[in-house]
Amino acid sequence: MTIDEQRLDGNAAGGILGQIFAFEMTTAEVICAHCDAVGPIGAAVVYATAMGTIIRCAGCGEALIRVAHGPQRFWVDFSGTRLLQLRADQ
Amino acid sequence: MERTALPGRLIWQLGRVVELIDETPRTKSLVLDVPGWLGHTAGQHVDVRLTAEDGYQTERSYSIASPPEARQVVLTVERLDDGEVSPYLTDGLQKGDQLELRGPIGGYFTWQVAAGGPLLLIAGGSGIVPLMAMIRHRAAHSSTVPTHLLYSSRDFDDIIYRQELAQLSAADPTLTITHTLTRAQPPSWTGYRRRIDRTMLAEVAWPPSERPLAFVCGPTALVETVAAALVDLGHDPLRVKTERFGASGGTV
Repeated sequence: MTIDEQRLDGNAAGGILGQIFAFEMTTAEVICAHCDAVGPIGAAVVYATAMGTIIRCAGCGEALIRVAHGPQRFWVDFSGTRLLQLRADQ
Repeated sequence: MERTALPGRLIWQLGRVVELIDETPRTKSLVLDVPGWLGHTAGQHVDVRLTAEDGYQTERSYSIASPPEARQVVLTVERLDDGEVSPYLTDGLQKGDQLELRGPIGGYFTWQVAAGGPLLLIAGGSGIVPLMAMIRHRAAHSSTVPTHLLYSSRDFDDIIYRQELAQLSAADPTLTITHTLTRAQPPSWTGYRRRIDRTMLAEVAWPPSERPLAFVCGPTALVETVAAALVDLGHDPLRVKTERFGASGGTV
């Protein structure tokens, strides 16, 4: 399987993000820290591997959010996200 | 970790298999009874987790085929020959078995009757599953939102939900279905015989001036081809929602 074939939508990260956050995360809006593009996580590009999940900006391809899952813990790297807007009315 | 989950967070739950339905030679629907299921929206998926005897765990995402109106949760699973999870779900699972799942997941690739249309649904292979939840939801409300499904399958026997789709469209003049068969066609076949391309979309899709709401689901290559062609034809990228399945067992 090539890297291209492993490319998924932001939806594919909804499960692991939903286990960490109490908000519906695929409709959360992200501003990319690299290129300032704005969009919902559901429209971002996801690469999921056994090592973890990387959510990449659909505009510039840089990493927005990285999530890794280990025994009894998660690691979440938001360094590629300038701002996250969550809908509190759900 | 699951025991301390806060309200609103997703947790792993157990569902019981109450029925198994053969849909096509390669796909099966799992009808699940999930105690405490809080309902879902058409287009959402669940993650299924399998645990081996040595503790090794692996998860896969499967779209929900049943509409929100149904009491049970139905997943339709395609068997991938080199798959780690799907062969167990389609061949190993028995009625009465329990399955660990997390969901419903996703608020982006979803549709409700109130969202209106016209609705343009484009599926490749088992990409029909979340779109079928939308079609069933629409039918449950006797909605007349104009809807067009363009569905690519390898051959006639691979068309998932073939009879139900034919019955629904026969009874509903606002639901149009176009099939394309990419690998083999029955002798009497008069429909498309190739992969979905820009020309086919121009012929079948609503014109951009109608501002359709498009949902595209299937293998990554098909989804990216279709989404790019729709935007190229003048459709608003913000009204084209995609769900890539990743690589699949073959091309459709």
